[in-house]
Amino acid sequence: MSRPEGTRSARRSLQVKFVPDEDVLRHIADDAGTKVRKDKAQLSVSVKRFVKKLENISDNEAQEILEEKNYVAALGICAQDSVGNGSNISGGEVYSFQTPKRSNKMAELASELAQTPEKNVAPDHSRCPEKMAKTPQSKRSSSTKVQQRNKKKEFVSTTPYRLRKRLTAPDPYLESESEYSASCSEEEDEEDKKEVSTVSDQKTPAKTKAAYTPPPRNSLTKKIKEQKMSNLVEEYFEAHSSSKVLTSDRTLQKLRKRRFNQQTLHDLLKNAPLAYAAEIRDLNQQHETLFSKWMLQLHLGFNIVLYGLGSKRDLLEKFRTSLLQDSVHLVVNGYFPSITVRSILNSITEEVLDHIGTFRSPLDQLEFISKRFKEDSSLELYVLIHNLDSQMLRGERSQQILAQLSSLPSIYLIASIDHINAPLMWDQAKLSLYNWLWYETTTFNPYVEETSYENSLLVQQSGSLALSSLTHVLHSLTLNARGIFRLLAQRQLEKKDSPSYPGLSFQDFYQQCREAFLVNSDLTLRAQLTEFRDHKLIRTKRGADGVEYLLIPVDDSTLTDFLEKEDEDV
Amino acid sequence: MKMERCLSFVIYRPVLDHYFRSTSNDSEDTVLRFITCQSLWSQIKSETEQIQEDMNKQLLDNLVSFLSRSHSDFQEKTTEWTSRMKFREIPTAALVLGVNVTDHDLTFRGLSDVLQNNITPYVALLEAKDCPGIKNLMQKLMGQLMNCDIDVDSLEDEDCVQVSQNKIRCSMPSLISWYESVTKKTDSETPSEKRNSSSRHWQSPPVVVVFKDMESFTTKVLQDFIVISSQHIHELPLVLIFGIATSPMIIHRLLPHSVSSLLCIELFQSLSCKEHLSTIIDKLLLTSHFPFKLGEKVLQVLINIFLYHDFSVQNFIKGFQLCIVEHFYSQPLSVLCCHLVDIKKRVYSLSHDQCENIRRLPSFRRYVEKQESGKQIELLTNDSFLKEETEKLLEDLHVYHENYVSILRCLHVFTSSLPKYPLGKQIRELHCACLENQVWETNEYESSLQLARMLNKTDLVTMLQQCVEILVSSSGKEFDKTVKHLKEFLTQFQNLEASEASQEQDVSVSSQKELQKKTDLYHLQKTLLELKESRRSKKLTKFEMLRFEVVDYIDRLVRKYLVPAGDRTLHEIVYFNAATVLRGHLNAAPRTALHTALNNPHWYLKNEALKCDGGGISNKAPDICIVYKLHLECGRLINLVDWLEAFSTVVTAAEEPNGDAASSDQVDDIIHARFIRAVSELELLGFIKPSKQKTDHVARLTWGGC
Repeated sequence: MSRPEGTRSARRSLQVKFVPDEDVLRHIADDAGTKVRKDKAQLSVSVKRFVKKLENISDNEAQEILEEKNYVAALGICAQDSVGNGSNISGGEVYSFQTPKRSNKMAELASELAQTPEKNVAPDHSRCPEKMAKTPQSKRSSSTKVQQRNKKKEFVSTTPYRLRKRLTAPDPYLESESEYSASCSEEEDEEDKKEVSTVSDQKTPAKTKAAYTPPPRNSLTKKIKEQKMSNLVEEYFEAHSSSKVLTSDRTLQKLRKRRFNQQTLHDLLKNAPLAYAAEIRDLNQQHETLFSKWMLQLHLGFNIVLYGLGSKRDLLEKFRTSLLQDSVHLVVNGYFPSITVRSILNSITEEVLDHIGTFRSPLDQLEFISKRFKEDSSLELYVLIHNLDSQMLRGERSQQILAQLSSLPSIYLIASIDHINAPLMWDQAKLSLYNWLWYETTTFNPYVEETSYENSLLVQQSGSLALSSLTHVLHSLTLNARGIFRLLAQRQLEKKDSPSYPGLSFQDFYQQCREAFLVNSDLTLRAQLTEFRDHKLIRTKRGADGVEYLLIPVDDSTLTDFLEKEDEDV
Repeated sequence: MKMERCLSFVIYRPVLDHYFRSTSNDSEDTVLRFITCQSLWSQIKSETEQIQEDMNKQLLDNLVSFLSRSHSDFQEKTTEWTSRMKFREIPTAALVLGVNVTDHDLTFRGLSDVLQNNITPYVALLEAKDCPGIKNLMQKLMGQLMNCDIDVDSLEDEDCVQVSQNKIRCSMPSLISWYESVTKKTDSETPSEKRNSSSRHWQSPPVVVVFKDMESFTTKVLQDFIVISSQHIHELPLVLIFGIATSPMIIHRLLPHSVSSLLCIELFQSLSCKEHLSTIIDKLLLTSHFPFKLGEKVLQVLINIFLYHDFSVQNFIKGFQLCIVEHFYSQPLSVLCCHLVDIKKRVYSLSHDQCENIRRLPSFRRYVEKQESGKQIELLTNDSFLKEETEKLLEDLHVYHENYVSILRCLHVFTSSLPKYPLGKQIRELHCACLENQVWETNEYESSLQLARMLNKTDLVTMLQQCVEILVSSSGKEFDKTVKHLKEFLTQFQNLEASEASQEQDVSVSSQKELQKKTDLYHLQKTLLELKESRRSKKLTKFEMLRFEVVDYIDRLVRKYLVPAGDRTLHEIVYFNAATVLRGHLNAAPRTALHTALNNPHWYLKNEALKCDGGGISNKAPDICIVYKLHLECGRLINLVDWLEAFSTVVTAAEEPNGDAASSDQVDDIIHARFIRAVSELELLGFIKPSKQKTDHVARLTWGGC
């Protein structure tokens, strides 16, 4: 915030001239005259100020702090009148996601949480450690006996949670652990220091009568801040540089847990009652009172973006059904994995504008749309986008196009975002095109639709999709082609335990196909493979020796399922 | 994707006030309120546009003269031109516009309008995002140029141009042949038409290409375009305009010397956005033209967004618009927020409910409490008496505004020239300080008075003169006496000069002597000591006395007129104070909301079971909160099995605190399903992502201090 030195600098043209004693005296006397009028306390202030101003040192810094404080004060206005939204939390709290101190912190917290509400949960106590004891510990027995005993003793004596017994970590773990805790304690110290200094800083803006805060204090704060920063950075890289991971090696397979597919998951969740349904309903009803306001603001040239925890799909749907029934509107399910900007634009041009024909590029299409909307002022369109920040729409170009679309005066956009980093999608130019009004609509509704497309680790879903596509494609092929594919799949399954399996080489494959009377020349095989490749059923890659390797890019379980199904069919 | 279509289009404008309606309990004044709001906004909008135009005028004039100069050379084919042609230099204007990129569009729109009206019909505006390659650039350029051709020429040429546009090959020669045909056409037109067109444009008008955001263009595209077009500069009078957001240095950084030497660059600087903002605030807020006012907090939020986020005047105006809408939407009494002439009518047509609304205003209650008991009863029971009183109060408020603004400007004259600016350099800072609380109570005000008491005479006199000017030109009626007073001060200062002049005679003689005498430290010290002795007895000079009087007088004015608006009765009607709402809509913090919801669900879900003391969450919290809380305890990678087990421990404990341990040997299917849902929700929110590093692990995406 460099303010241009206006009138002052102009007047401050330097003139060197001889000053006789008298003038100097008179100048001093002038000061004295002022002082006479005012009482002692203020007098000292004015002198101090005068001196400071003459010296003109380091007060820029003070000014900076003052302004910062103003800013914080103005932004933290909410703290005074809390209107239901949880926005009165300092940034430090939000962004300081906890980082681990010990490897089994989670289990500890879990047991802690399990115990908190009722103090008389004795049975729980006995059960938890028991359960935890089942976890495979055998691999960790590399540490020396003495250490282990020490460790155990220490934990039993200090912590009430028997869970911590699990913490019998081998040496390297121990080392890194102590490192962690050391840095943590350091951090805490600094935090304390910082608190102290900020407390004293707070006095500065309200100064004048109080003593002028010396600059060293400021630089101290700054230094501490920097230190803290660098510490954090170091920690980050420390944690991310080593490929060693401080987690247990248990896998879901060992849990003897079958994986759900999407359908069973859905059914199970439907049976589970939603917690706090009444409160959630209240919350949503609160948001629904805003509908008419949204409508008004959309028409005044703003666009609306909704944020906050919970699915906002139902809310938007309700908005749509209650207010948009009589007008043209477009609902975009951004979370759908194959949505593109082009498909959005296409549906506008084809369905809304009744235009038949294609466009060379989305930009052309956008130009066409904006032209049509400008020509015909009676044309209005509401666009509802669920999850504007989804994988497919978050790209720079997509956002640019959507922003331009939303800036048209007769297109009204109302969208929802969920990702924590969603606002990073937009730079100033896009923000001004979008002309957002932000609304916090925390609904706590489960993201049912939004997560159903996700390839979650826990859901056996990608398999079912791939499987159905596999069978569909193969059914349209000849018997021989199916046989070729089966052969390839079987070979791949045989080698599934070797992780470095490059795929079946073309020559081997050809040989095997010939033996099975599936092809009679390598040309026919090649033609067949081209067809597979076009349907993305196989992938070829050239090895180091120049040999072509064939691979089916589907995971093993799916492939097994596929073969089983094929067997049934035959 | 779902698509809903209906047969008829609904025209929404007339229905729009309907959305206003459902806001508050009374529905009577909504239409009027909406109309008032709209008319106020349109006034303000046109005012801001006017300001924008005025501010850009100087810049545009300079640009126009530059363009006509660069063009006249081509026209006359002077030697200078031929020499330039030899060097193949393209006349280029580098337009430094500042970092507020979002405001540039408006400037460019104004620029192209001015150019098309005064210089040339051939203006093309290019943006970096449309021109990833030289081919796209040429395409865009020719498309725009030929379109403006259609605009200028009559419709008869349209089809031929359109045909050519469709199949034309976008290259420089085709552009040149197009230009030649176009200029020839104007030559062969009938004399009357020719004169007509030449009054607006020259005979062979230059082709102006504007690069709106020069920094974002790829270097190669720019270089290619410049090199190619410099080859043809003798056939096509091309002029480039670069819109620059950072500094003119960027041209040389983007273009190598061989290319930049092909340009003949002249630099133009637009007005800084801060000056623009000051003008806007001056014209919109510090005036009594508009009945609507911003409260201190609101203004502070808007200014902070401007200073700390974007420097965008457009966004400031947008925020102002939002304030207006919010105010008229949420305050039923805002129907009285109108011009003075309408107040009487509107006050008398108020309904009983509205009168009750007035009685409910805190500032009005304070006012009633100060009245004597008889009047109190009248005010609280008699509607028509209340209306009379309201009208009077509103008129008072209006007068207060007029006076406030004038005195604020006077005070600003004083404070803006003080060293270190205790009350801020800009008038907006002073305005905020005065709105916030009684400014004379603050330390800053005290110290600025101190400093004012040390001003020298010439400064003081000029300031007083400025104050007189401000007060004379102001619309307030009360200032006749003040002006008289200030003028008296001025004459006294002049008299002082006269009387001093006579004294100066002998002083100058003595100082002459002093000059001859050599000053040394010893002498100075001695005289100082002497002075110290006599200091107490020393009388103030006449000038000093007068100076104190002036400062005291200003102080009295401030105390009288710069009362904070919050102390005025009925200020709620014209002042918008909901800073929280404004900030929530303009400068939202989505992450904070997520954080609160995940850490403290009780904030949103008012259930006693969720209440928990100090930081932690209860184990009855929604699944996603528990899963989130658990994942915070993990490092870079999270083992899903551990996570699941921890989750099930918490959840089973919450559901059946003393349930049987046997059944929980295997994790319950339902709990498993709930866990899956919560984890995939966290994935959607961007806290974790699947990781291939280790089986059944997910990676954390957030990182923070301990």
